[in-house]
Amino acid sequence: MTDTPSDAPKAPSRGPSRRDFLRTASLAAGGAVVGAGAKAATPDPLITEVQPYASFLGEGVDATPYGMPIHFEDHVVRRNVEWLTADPISSINFTPIHALDGTITPQGCAFERHHSGAIELSKDEYRLMINGLVERPLVFTFGDLMRLPRETRVHFCECAANSGMEWGGAQLNGAQFTHGMIHNMEYTGVTLRTLLNEAGVKPEGSWIYVEGHDASSNGRSIPMEKALDDCMIAFFANGEALRMEHGYPVRLVVPGWEGNLWVKWLRRIGVMDGPVQSREETSKYTDLMPDGRARKWTWAMHAKSVVTSPSPQMPIGHGPGPMVITGLAWSGLGKIARVDVSLDGGVNWQTARLGTEPGDKAVTRFYLDHVWDGQPMFVQSRAMDETGYVQPTKEQLRAIRGLNSIYHNNAIQTWYVNENGDAENVEVS
Amino acid sequence: MSKCRKLLASTALVTLIAGPALAEPLGIGRLALPEEIAAWDVAVMPDGRGLPEGRGNVLDGEDHWIDQCAVCHGDFAEGAGAWPAIVGGRGSLQDERPVKTVESYWPYLSTVWDYINRSMPFGAAQTLETDEVYAITAYILYSAGLVDDDFELSHENFTEVRLPNEGGFYIDDRAKAEFPEFTQEPCMSDCGAPVSISARATDIDVTPEFPVIRFTYSDGSATATVDPVADVEEAAAAPEAEAQAEDVQLASLDPALVAEGEAAWRQCRTCHQIGEGARNGTGPALNGVLDHSAALADGFRYSPAFTEAAENGLVWDEASLDAFLENPAQFIPRNRMSFRGVRSADERAALIAYLASHSE
Repeated sequence: MTDTPSDAPKAPSRGPSRRDFLRTASLAAGGAVVGAGAKAATPDPLITEVQPYASFLGEGVDATPYGMPIHFEDHVVRRNVEWLTADPISSINFTPIHALDGTITPQGCAFERHHSGAIELSKDEYRLMINGLVERPLVFTFGDLMRLPRETRVHFCECAANSGMEWGGAQLNGAQFTHGMIHNMEYTGVTLRTLLNEAGVKPEGSWIYVEGHDASSNGRSIPMEKALDDCMIAFFANGEALRMEHGYPVRLVVPGWEGNLWVKWLRRIGVMDGPVQSREETSKYTDLMPDGRARKWTWAMHAKSVVTSPSPQMPIGHGPGPMVITGLAWSGLGKIARVDVSLDGGVNWQTARLGTEPGDKAVTRFYLDHVWDGQPMFVQSRAMDETGYVQPTKEQLRAIRGLNSIYHNNAIQTWYVNENGDAENVEVS
Repeated sequence: MSKCRKLLASTALVTLIAGPALAEPLGIGRLALPEEIAAWDVAVMPDGRGLPEGRGNVLDGEDHWIDQCAVCHGDFAEGAGAWPAIVGGRGSLQDERPVKTVESYWPYLSTVWDYINRSMPFGAAQTLETDEVYAITAYILYSAGLVDDDFELSHENFTEVRLPNEGGFYIDDRAKAEFPEFTQEPCMSDCGAPVSISARATDIDVTPEFPVIRFTYSDGSATATVDPVADVEEAAAAPEAEAQAEDVQLASLDPALVAEGEAAWRQCRTCHQIGEGARNGTGPALNGVLDHSAALADGFRYSPAFTEAAENGLVWDEASLDAFLENPAQFIPRNRMSFRGVRSADERAALIAYLASHSE
């Protein structure tokens, strides 16, 4: 893939080809540890030859008025697991977390979850209604909303079913598939506190019911306390308009709580005296327990983490020596306080370095700078948040919840890394 | 942090949180009209608040069910393919594979009514009349064994019906049931015996193909960035091939009409695929429909009504497609296509042109 594209102009050949060089270098290294200052057998033609991109001209400024990632990154895309759902319109796909770093998820590869497909709704046609137990039932246009005071905050949005396929055992082989129903973006919009203040909530208004413009409507009930605490409606994500698949032009942001509450294409906020008990909060997004009863209103996403590299899609490609182990940690209860990493399946742990200042209900990046001895590893990570909550093991969760609760699996993940550096999803005991 | 900076920080925080909210309303937006509220505020509560007046019985419900619902949920609400079963599963919630249905799991009938009213049928939401929603709900209750076949559901008797699992839910108790265990200071060393693999995802082998990312290293240990790359290259090549194929097919058709048809196709694509690589889904793939016998898609399980029509010589030409698309249930009674039809003749013509653009 890094080879010169075939239709590009070729530089005149002045020596051995790059492939020859790599073959020779590979033979010379012979799989042994080669420290800095090791000698190459032959000069690297990428250095000694004038490359086409160093001689001819590149693309002009208007070649892509809105840029996509360079084609070398074509594999860094959302992926679907077809057998999970009956149909791709009411379905989900997965963020390529294994291939990203830092904390912000680019919108273009942030996972999608639709219940009746992603709809096209323009800013001009957009309307938001607030009604119910309010002094003044109101209708807003998009322009109206842009006249209200705005805030900017970073939060993660995690589907309640993230890792839900792993309850019964290690099932999907890749961090993208086991943990990719999450994204972390910087949102700009208006708090529900500000919006509801415009309508004037009556004293008996103790819940809100939020629903979308799409055919599913995806209605959910949220206690007023949460609505006034930190919920907001967002117009911008990562500095630009929301993408269609994330609810353009307006979605709800419910920090720390399950993604299903983050209603897209938000149409109406009803102020209520109780929960509606909609389909999404009764038949779905309730957690079936071993006694046959189910927990409801399990809104908060508890502390969780995963190593994104190495992982099955991102093996250790080099031999023994220095390497970076990295991953993501988050908690719906607040900030991440600490992340520990184990390389032996949970027997011994070391505290990782946090790569970013932890944010409230936002993803934190962690790094463990490690010198690999070439031996197999059982790589795990364990997040702790500021409330003292420690990410549990699969055994701990299963002992309480059994195997059929589908949602809220925040258990510790194990990647087995073999002596070749290849990684796979396993369970250990 | 110095005292002064702390003070500044906390002041900033107060401003951030309390500033806009404590203010008087800014007077943005306008009052919602009663008609607008009636159109959008259709939520129904478990105590029946929000239910519109209306009624529907089991027998009418069965007819609507066959027309509108059975294609995905089965003739007896038992589910079809990967689509959900609506009844059954009572007593299965502690099983290894629980079956969660309206009958076995859903706590409130209001949820059923509300969801059908808002979001069903899939791909044609908000097209059912109020009485039809009552009738379909009555049919579900009958299929669940909760009412007799002479039952009529209405806004008047709605709250008398209770679902079996109403008492099967309790409010999130994780803080009490889990936090004491999950807030213990974690062990850091010698936390147990050495571990070995007890299960591996590769044994189950249900992960889609994915490219593995590899880099080039100075010690020559790996040389490719992405491997395998086949799926990426295929994906990049496909649109071009499709575009070329379409160019050929469109030669004799009005491109503007075909484009209109493609836009109108949105209402069909929930169930039907068309074009390169189209497969049967809820409905059959629709390549090569025009000027061919009906019910031709390979491997699709057509309704008896549809198969019979084909056996009686139904061929899809512009006239027959137009009549079918205008009112599918009338043109082939008791067929399973859950679709009301296209009222606009222009839109039907556009759709037919679009179908023609995918026919040889």
